[in-house]
Amino acid sequence: MAEMDTSGGGHHKKGPGVKKAKKLSTRVDLTPMVDLGFLLITFFIFTTTMSQATAMRLSLPADTKDPNQQNKLNENSALTILLGKDNNVFFYEGQLDPKATNFKASNFKDIRDEIIRKKRNTDTTFMVIIKPNDECTYKNVIDILDEMSINVVERYALVDITSDEDKLVRITEGSYVPGK
Amino acid sequence: MARPKIPRKSTSVDMTAMCDVAFLLLSFFILTTKFKPSEAVPINPPNSVASKVAPENDIVMISLNKDEKVFLSTGDSKLDKDTKEQILNSLNSSKGLGLTPDEIQKLKRAPFLGAPLAQLKQQAMLSTDQMTAENLPGIPCKDSANNQLIDWMRAVNDAYQGRKANILLKGDNVAKYPSFKNIITAFKKNDFLKFQMVTNPESVPEGTDLWKSPRKKEE
Repeated sequence: MAEMDTSGGGHHKKGPGVKKAKKLSTRVDLTPMVDLGFLLITFFIFTTTMSQATAMRLSLPADTKDPNQQNKLNENSALTILLGKDNNVFFYEGQLDPKATNFKASNFKDIRDEIIRKKRNTDTTFMVIIKPNDECTYKNVIDILDEMSINVVERYALVDITSDEDKLVRITEGSYVPGK
Repeated sequence: MARPKIPRKSTSVDMTAMCDVAFLLLSFFILTTKFKPSEAVPINPPNSVASKVAPENDIVMISLNKDEKVFLSTGDSKLDKDTKEQILNSLNSSKGLGLTPDEIQKLKRAPFLGAPLAQLKQQAMLSTDQMTAENLPGIPCKDSANNQLIDWMRAVNDAYQGRKANILLKGDNVAKYPSFKNIITAFKKNDFLKFQMVTNPESVPEGTDLWKSPRKKEE
């Protein structure tokens, strides 16, 4: 395969005195070339990004000042998720009671179980309210919105955090500065 | 008893075929690799399970980088570039920026627009190489009283009269929520209620509802 026919036909008559050249093998060792080939392949495989950026859709509700037009929500079927700094997640079910006894801390791993549990125990009016505070990152918001699509939550809303809730989050995180 | 002589076989394998395969694969990978153009504004988007590929035409992309600077860009097609010119013209006339046609052309070629309205002239003076996230101040939208992204989005709305604009938001992992909220406010103020967020794909965790549901193709 890797050799060439170098016999040159073999029909020439060599004169007397013409020495027959020693036939050198033309067989080339291709192993280093294969090595090089595969090295480059590995390089290109690792540098190629096959994945294209995807897009996540978000539809916002139009702002309505008229409270009659705003969506009413069944208090008991709501799960409110609060996002704090350093990937902290807090949640409460229904309405936050004055002593905040139903205010619980969680994290991004465990919140899925909470969403699933609440979803199983609630009828179709189940709704998740997401309230990020000023310390949480864009990634946190996307992660929690992603969690909504992972758990097929049909109804969810991104709502501004109230100052009481923000205070509660900050106190729990130990970063509450009074008067802020 | 004489053993039958086993002829000694050569251990050298013909590498030609393997070499052919290796280089075939190599050429495939070389040709399919699309090197990422070095981005003027580098952003690390978060991951999501969304499976829809981000659109490439008729887009208006708002980028939010890690320093919470906001930039506006459009697609690379000629139509998108022309739309960008319209956006700039509309802003120029409505806000009285006094940009010359030459400056508008320069801004049209810029990959990212990221300067307060009053400083767009200065951005036009920079060369394309100088328009990086460090050099540009970003569109101010931190302060709700001076959220200039609202003006930008209004101009986008004017330019896309009758056509559907794909509003994309590309945010960095570490950007804080208030900047995101201000961008959303600017969208809302101009009735852009549907937008898409650019993310990196991620596989759906096993056992979850989405995983169990027959993977419906997102429309």
